Amino acid sequence: MSDTLVIARLALQEAVRRRVLTVVGVLTIASGALYLVGCITLRHHLEGLAQFKRGGQLEPLVPATLLGLASFGTLFLGSVLAVFLAAGAVKGDVDRGLVQPLVVRPVGRGVYLAGRALAAMTVSGGFVLVVSGAATITTRALFSSLPPKAWTVIPPLIVAVLVVTMLTLLVSSLLSTVATGISVLMAYGAGLIAGLLGEIARAFSAHTLSDIANTVSYLLPFEALYRDALQRLSPGGSLGQLVQLGPLGGAQGGGVGLWIYTLFYLCGCAALAVWAFRRSDL
Amino acid sequence: MVHAAGLTKSYKRSVALRGVDIDVSAGEVVGLLGPNGAGKSTLTKVLCGLVRADGGSASIAGAPAGSSLARSKVGYLAELFRFPGWATAQEVLVTHQRLARRPTAGGDADERNRLLAEVGLSQAGSTRVEAMSKGMQQRLGLAQAMVGDPEVLLLDEPTSALDPAGRHTVREVLSRARDRGTAVLLNTHLLGEVEQLADRVVLIDAGRVVAAGAISDLTAGHGVTIETDQGRVEHPHVPRDTIPALVSDLVADGRQVYAVIPHRSTLEELYLELVGDREAHR
Repeated sequence: MSDTLVIARLALQEAVRRRVLTVVGVLTIASGALYLVGCITLRHHLEGLAQFKRGGQLEPLVPATLLGLASFGTLFLGSVLAVFLAAGAVKGDVDRGLVQPLVVRPVGRGVYLAGRALAAMTVSGGFVLVVSGAATITTRALFSSLPPKAWTVIPPLIVAVLVVTMLTLLVSSLLSTVATGISVLMAYGAGLIAGLLGEIARAFSAHTLSDIANTVSYLLPFEALYRDALQRLSPGGSLGQLVQLGPLGGAQGGGVGLWIYTLFYLCGCAALAVWAFRRSDL
Repeated sequence: MVHAAGLTKSYKRSVALRGVDIDVSAGEVVGLLGPNGAGKSTLTKVLCGLVRADGGSASIAGAPAGSSLARSKVGYLAELFRFPGWATAQEVLVTHQRLARRPTAGGDADERNRLLAEVGLSQAGSTRVEAMSKGMQQRLGLAQAMVGDPEVLLLDEPTSALDPAGRHTVREVLSRARDRGTAVLLNTHLLGEVEQLADRVVLIDAGRVVAAGAISDLTAGHGVTIETDQGRVEHPHVPRDTIPALVSDLVADGRQVYAVIPHRSTLEELYLELVGDREAHR
């Protein structure tokens, strides 16, 4: 077993023994049940409205909106999970004396970080995959159609959560556990708010606000990935415009450039985290 | 086996090491003594790669201290350490066996059982760390440091939480390690332990080596008591190397010399003479 896998296994074992995964599983099932109840209730209420029936003018809007809601919830919960899994990975565990016996072994500090990142990303990414998949299946089962690219929403959401995970690891190599958790979650909120402000700015042609939103998207690309995911759900035409101005953040495709930028961003965060960890005296 | 020359290290507001030289040979136990804040733990951490020295050089078995090769030859017990509370003693050792990359004769399970028996934890293999007393965790820490029979043992206060029986066990374990040819650097406040175990002593104060050598050499003080046919006479200020001449003079004067008893100081007296009660004045 490689050193990275040994460290990752250790972190995953902790998540299992400390019942983190059990709690996440139970609450995820509860959330899924809530989503199911919401979908059933909504379908019941919409059955009498002609424009929402098969072939109706607003038919595509309902599953798209529901999946948009599910995407927001999944991203939020996945990000919270990532932050709690990774917030104490470096400085926090160093302060507790857990890291020193491990990195004195011929394990590079980069390998230690890779192991912690692998464990946190596996759990948080896996969570998004399962929850998004379940939401899409539920929506498809209860409504007659899905947005054409509904399944392609999942990859950007997974990568968005991986970005949050890597960001948390980077901050955790600089700050204590609590400070890391608070700062990343606040950055997460700021990113989503910036996305909303960007949509408002574009609607009113407020260029400065738009520039600020774009800059935040570069600094925190999980927000751009979320908007890219929403874009994949958006129906075309005027309905699409309606969804884009919805309350959960504007839809905007990122294209290939977003993926390339995100890849470099992830690598940059990892390199910075390793650099900071290697420089620190333990 | 362990060699350091001119090591310097400063933290933001304090100088921890001011040009420390130290050597530990294979099959030798060297006691590292000094008051709190003298630089002992920093020196140990530099040698095992947890802290980067500002200047000087250090090597472990010929490899630069802190390098992967050097760390592969070191067993380290930190002063403040913690193992995951959810893990059992066996699981802690399994992790370290995997990371140590040192093949063991007789298999990993045999080694784990042997180590646990050596430190008196043979009945606690399946006990979780969080259910162990501090003393048991300290014993487990020592077993962890011994994983893979390292060529060098760097031990920072290995008996700080142990009762007299535990200290006796540690002394036995370290004696056996020395007999196997392991170089042991023992950082401790317990002078009695050093007197019983160490071949040599290095006394550090304020980041400098203030005394180093075999305990018998360091504690050989001034003065001698000579018993002749005219009774016992004390010569408190006679240097050790002039005692033979003094005895010759007495014999030449026709005295009958029955006993020559050189005065010796204890390690504690030497410590207090060289270091004093610095801690109280910090």
